[in-house]
Amino acid sequence: MSGNTLWKCAVARAAGLLLGAGLCCAAGAAVAAVEPTVNVAGGPPLVRRLTESQYRATVADIFGADIPVVGRFERGLRSDGLIAVGTGEAGLSSFSLEQYDINARAIAAAVVSEAHRGDLIPCDIGDPAVFDKSCADRFVADYGRRLFRRPLSEQEITLYVSSARAAQEQLGDFYSALEFALAGMLIAPDFLLRIERAVPDASAPAGYRLDAYSSATRLSYFLTGSAPDPELLDAAERGELNTPEGLQRQVDRLIASPRFELALRDFFSDMLYFDLFADLAKDSVIYPAFNSEVAADSREQTLRTITNLLLEENGDYRDLFTTRSAPLTRSLGIVYRMPVAARNGWSMGEFSAASGRAGIQSQVSFLALHSHPGRSSPTLRGKAMREIFLCQHIPDPPADVDFTGINDTANPVRPTARDRLVAHRTQPACQGCHILMDPLGLTLENFDGLGGFRSKENGAVIDVSGSLDGREFVAAEGLGQALHDHQQTPRCLVDKLYRSAVGRGIAEPEQPFLDYLNQSFAGSGYRVPDLIRTLVTSPSFFAVTGHSPKEQITDARAASGDQT
Amino acid sequence: MKKFNRRSLLRGALNGAAVGVALPVLNMFLDDSGKAFAATGQRIPVRFGTWIWGCGYIPERWIPTATGTDYTLPADLEPLAPYRDKLALFSGFDVKLDGVPNKPHITGCLGFRTGIPVPNENVKAPTLDVLIGDVIGNSTRFRSIEVSTSGIQRSYSFRAAGSPNPSEISPLALYQRIFGEGFQDPNAASFTPDPRTMVQKSVLSAVAEDRRQLMRTVGAEDRQRLEEYFTSLRQLENQLALQLQPPAPVKNFTMPEPPPEIELDSEMEHVMEIHRLMAGLLAKALQCNQTHVVNVLLSDTTSNLRRPGSTTTHHTLTHEEPVNPELGYQEQVGWFATRSMVAWREFLDALDAIPEGDGTLLDNCLILAHSDCSIAKSHSVEGIPTMVAGGAGGRIRTGFHMAGNADPISRIGLTVQQAMGLPVERWGTNAMETNRVIPELLA
Repeated sequence: MSGNTLWKCAVARAAGLLLGAGLCCAAGAAVAAVEPTVNVAGGPPLVRRLTESQYRATVADIFGADIPVVGRFERGLRSDGLIAVGTGEAGLSSFSLEQYDINARAIAAAVVSEAHRGDLIPCDIGDPAVFDKSCADRFVADYGRRLFRRPLSEQEITLYVSSARAAQEQLGDFYSALEFALAGMLIAPDFLLRIERAVPDASAPAGYRLDAYSSATRLSYFLTGSAPDPELLDAAERGELNTPEGLQRQVDRLIASPRFELALRDFFSDMLYFDLFADLAKDSVIYPAFNSEVAADSREQTLRTITNLLLEENGDYRDLFTTRSAPLTRSLGIVYRMPVAARNGWSMGEFSAASGRAGIQSQVSFLALHSHPGRSSPTLRGKAMREIFLCQHIPDPPADVDFTGINDTANPVRPTARDRLVAHRTQPACQGCHILMDPLGLTLENFDGLGGFRSKENGAVIDVSGSLDGREFVAAEGLGQALHDHQQTPRCLVDKLYRSAVGRGIAEPEQPFLDYLNQSFAGSGYRVPDLIRTLVTSPSFFAVTGHSPKEQITDARAASGDQT
Repeated sequence: MKKFNRRSLLRGALNGAAVGVALPVLNMFLDDSGKAFAATGQRIPVRFGTWIWGCGYIPERWIPTATGTDYTLPADLEPLAPYRDKLALFSGFDVKLDGVPNKPHITGCLGFRTGIPVPNENVKAPTLDVLIGDVIGNSTRFRSIEVSTSGIQRSYSFRAAGSPNPSEISPLALYQRIFGEGFQDPNAASFTPDPRTMVQKSVLSAVAEDRRQLMRTVGAEDRQRLEEYFTSLRQLENQLALQLQPPAPVKNFTMPEPPPEIELDSEMEHVMEIHRLMAGLLAKALQCNQTHVVNVLLSDTTSNLRRPGSTTTHHTLTHEEPVNPELGYQEQVGWFATRSMVAWREFLDALDAIPEGDGTLLDNCLILAHSDCSIAKSHSVEGIPTMVAGGAGGRIRTGFHMAGNADPISRIGLTVQQAMGLPVERWGTNAMETNRVIPELLA
């Protein structure tokens, strides 16, 4: 269930079109934001699987971009609209370990290979036939700290150095010894999972906060999509993340780094369900322009639109729904029917007013993902907009719905989707929910199942009027303005960013903090980097409870005490 | 504390020259059933599979009018005539919802596979293929292999909620996973264990040793997830252990050719081609015991199958296509239902083409085929069409059609588990809970 609004379609039906009324609490746009004096309690420390993107970025950061990641990754588990939340729930199947093992061995082999050992092994190795314990100790401690995002205990160092020694005995080669110690760390749960640890903190509302290394990890994956770098780990070790100045310094540094853009791309890829591109198929007879290049470019186009607006221009988040800027490639130009000067790569274009396009919801990535293989779908598009941009959940259709209305063949002339969806509007069982989706999606009907423009369907002019929660408008442009102005739009982003950062749903006592973030977001003119900065520099960001209510706090105390 | 174990034995063997040392058989990994190869006396393992097709059936084209052994194959099952004797048909067995909301195309499928209907994908118990794999899948390189042939990354094999066993969607990726690196030709003339594999195995054991410390660090729910991690880690160790011993020779085994790189698409004939390629690879994998459990998803339960140039998919058609008044059913939906049964026949062809013992590989398999619903138009989970194919090494009887008369479909799940040697007397919850096996199916 989404943190904000639980939709009851029956209620919506009873309320007719007055859907916006009482939707959510008033967000005082211009009121100066004051952080609640009582900070939120936070949630339990989590165990979160690295996403594919985080895994790749972490390996590239620690060992270099030319170290291969050859294994495959299963699709991330999406929970409550976000894979970032699913990371706290996803299991580890045999398949995933098998592939992690393939990765671990290939990475370790590359690190000690002749091409890389000079740069990546932190000691001079004399005779590789001789086991150099101090070098092995150092290798394990150094890379262990990066990979596990915390210092290793003596016990752990001994464990991996023993693996190295066993490999040396077996294979007679010190490079291989280091290789297998590293392979072990790369398959260890401490690397594959972000295991958060709590420490007692009398000043924290629930009596706990994340320990310094867990804080650094949460901060780093949220702001950079990767593991803490040595500087952040050092700051954690010195306790600097517990001071406002120390934390501020690190946050400034990370937000200024090029990695911040990558983290933002990760977040929006998740929010926009871009993992669905893996399944995207279009009928090649109906949409001959579609191919895998168009799919990849459309994804990239939307991400570029987002980072251009939010980072380079430091723009208003809500303008994503009205922007006409159009990063283009040649293959996208075919679908958009726009000339593209650059033969290769990207050039910046602009959608004309006549194009009918405004906002990322009128770009091919959104239009194609939320369609059928052979036709558009106002319902899928409407549902996706509710879920993705407004954080509203639409229930599944009733299983026993009567479809005879749709099968009425007495009047077979139904050229447009609006004509065909008449049953959605007239059948009581359908109406309640479809009134939330179809009037939104129908305004995008000028775009076919791939996202190409059309003004007619089966010879009939398409009517693109529609509404969103009581506000009526026409076409993609009107839709974009309605999304821009909807009070839930910025709140939904705050909601998703927060859940993405902490990896779980929002608990009731956290609402004041969310309200504070919303006010502060409004106060900044909806600048996303400002919002993120406000979020991560708040003590609430690092607040945790013990484990679940039934958990023994002493357990957490004992375990985290080992590390700090 | 130096114990005699497989690892220390191997270490000695590899340090010395005697590579061909006889290794103790991993008895604890072998189930004690199955017929024996005449030549070697070695037992033939029994394998298990599931085969799912989406969006149900057209009843009048699928349900035989008679029950028992003396029935006439209805139109959509005609392609299966060659397998009539190796096939048991079940109609009229229900997933009992007990008030659980029916999430279209999900609740029926997972309800059947776990014995517990759920209103979403959060299964409350492992799917039965996982339960069976835990018993018969421990001696193989892969505990199970999942494939989806319509280009969609979906799987209905779950160890726990949030933990599906992901499907391979590319025949080439499937080939590489099974027959690429790490595959040992069972009939190779010589065997040389790779010392690096042995080292990696000991590395995994070391990682596993850290388990207790870690378990103390995390909350109860995460402990379960970590348990799953360690279960998967043990499977991985087992995989490496198998690579360190000479593979048992397999009669009639020839290496499959690598499949062509093929675009993934949901167009029906294309899916049939991908399915044929994957069925062939899975049959070979079962033959040489790379796995004992396979799960095939021909089409997702919300079937995205389509015909070239058509604006509607199989699933969309089930809701939108008018009934053809002359035929009395939805004609296009019927076409997909018919083609799905042809694909099923082709899956059985792949298994039956491999001679094994005094029969074929199919005779030593039990394949459970089912859909997610009966009438897709209304998402009905009553009377989900189900078939059991193969001989399970003599442990089951086939060649009949049985009408369930609204009995819980968990009876089939329970019987299948017992046939595969699981010590389970009772399965499912609430109205799905049953201890009534289907005696007709058990030999």
